[in-house]
Amino acid sequence: MSNDTRHARPAQAVAITVTLPGVLVDLFPGSTRSVEMSASTVDEMIDELDRRWPGMRDRLCDSTPAIRKHINVFMDGERAKLDTPIEPGTKVFVITAISGG
Amino acid sequence: MAKHVLILIGTRKGAFILETDSKRKSWGLKGPFCATWPMNHVVGDPATGAIYGGGGNEWFGPAVWKSTDLGESWTHSSEGLAYGSGAEPITAVWSVAPKNGSLYAGVQPAGLFRSDDRGETWQHVEGLQQHPSRPKWSPGGAGLILHSLVPHPNDENQLWIGISAAGVFYTSDRGRTWEPRNKGTRADFLPEGENYPEFGQCVHNLVVAAGKPDRLYQQNHCGMYRSDDGGKSWQSIEKGLPSSFGFPVAAHSSDPDTAFMIPLNGDTAGRYVPDAKAAVWRTRDAGETWQALREGLPQQNAYFGVLRQAMATDRLEPVGVYFGTSSGTLFASADEGDSFAPIAEHLPVITSVETIVVER
Repeated sequence: MSNDTRHARPAQAVAITVTLPGVLVDLFPGSTRSVEMSASTVDEMIDELDRRWPGMRDRLCDSTPAIRKHINVFMDGERAKLDTPIEPGTKVFVITAISGG
Repeated sequence: MAKHVLILIGTRKGAFILETDSKRKSWGLKGPFCATWPMNHVVGDPATGAIYGGGGNEWFGPAVWKSTDLGESWTHSSEGLAYGSGAEPITAVWSVAPKNGSLYAGVQPAGLFRSDDRGETWQHVEGLQQHPSRPKWSPGGAGLILHSLVPHPNDENQLWIGISAAGVFYTSDRGRTWEPRNKGTRADFLPEGENYPEFGQCVHNLVVAAGKPDRLYQQNHCGMYRSDDGGKSWQSIEKGLPSSFGFPVAAHSSDPDTAFMIPLNGDTAGRYVPDAKAAVWRTRDAGETWQALREGLPQQNAYFGVLRQAMATDRLEPVGVYFGTSSGTLFASADEGDSFAPIAEHLPVITSVETIVVER
């Protein structure tokens, strides 16, 4: 899955902290709940997650492409989309929505 | 080394495995596997011993899970298991079939994918989407799903599929081109006079007879059928059965004239076993006559159904017959259906039952 060109980081990338849901981390051995990385959009953030743990993008995004219906990405209390920019120092929370039965 | 039978069980809350020796007297249950995802179909590859499970999770989407150590550990992948951007995304894998080193996956919304590296990556078999009937396919009750995958036993270029509610389709060029094969099967839900269309039937399940690749058995929303010409034409075999409605059909693993069905009480009557009395119905003459097999099955207050992929046979002698209920019980017969016993209870809703015989 990794591809150096696709995952190249832009010069303006910034440091952020991403918190992942435990049920996602359970699917990827070696992954962690808290992730430090550089990314300037949610799309780049998910690319970086996929680079570290191949296949994680498919779990968070569908082929539309969009963040999956029952996955929420929150920044500063607001839901984000793939093209939402991320400011320096932002804490990003990836959360599973209420679902199932 | 001794023969062991593994019953591979897909449920709404993960995969499970029941294991026994060749006597099939006592069973051990392992699971739940696959992170308790809804698993629509769990199958074994007799050539490699690998186990594959197709499913879809509300949060995380579709994937095919794989175990190469008989369920001890699992990985998953959906790399390439997607339509192009802008198309309706895939929500779940509904069927999996290994054959001749390839692995097929049927998905929702209906489409076909193939993996040539044992489930690591997937390629879209685009020819099916390009069939001229595609814009007119309508979903069944469970959605527009490709649920039945029947590879030809001896020819890797031939494959039959079942889509609800588009019907049966066939390819002889490994998926490049397709033709509908529904002649003789009814669509009672269409207007009067339009009940035998070229496509649009609600096929529920499709299997190939042992040692007779041109013979197929089909459980349809509207009747039970047999074909002796690879699906070019179908004959009704529902005479003698208590209803024309059901979901699963299972073929005997060595006798092409023997098949098993579980008719339910109708599509608007709860879809339970008829009269709340459970029975597997067996034919020994390719559907000419049927026998109800009830020994060991509940004969009162049985309000369960059996879903389309939830019945299977094994390859031992005599052949074992297994089915799982919507109320989470797995019934087993080691005598070709003459008698049954529950071998697991209180499981989640059972969506699929398959078998694999391994040496260990």
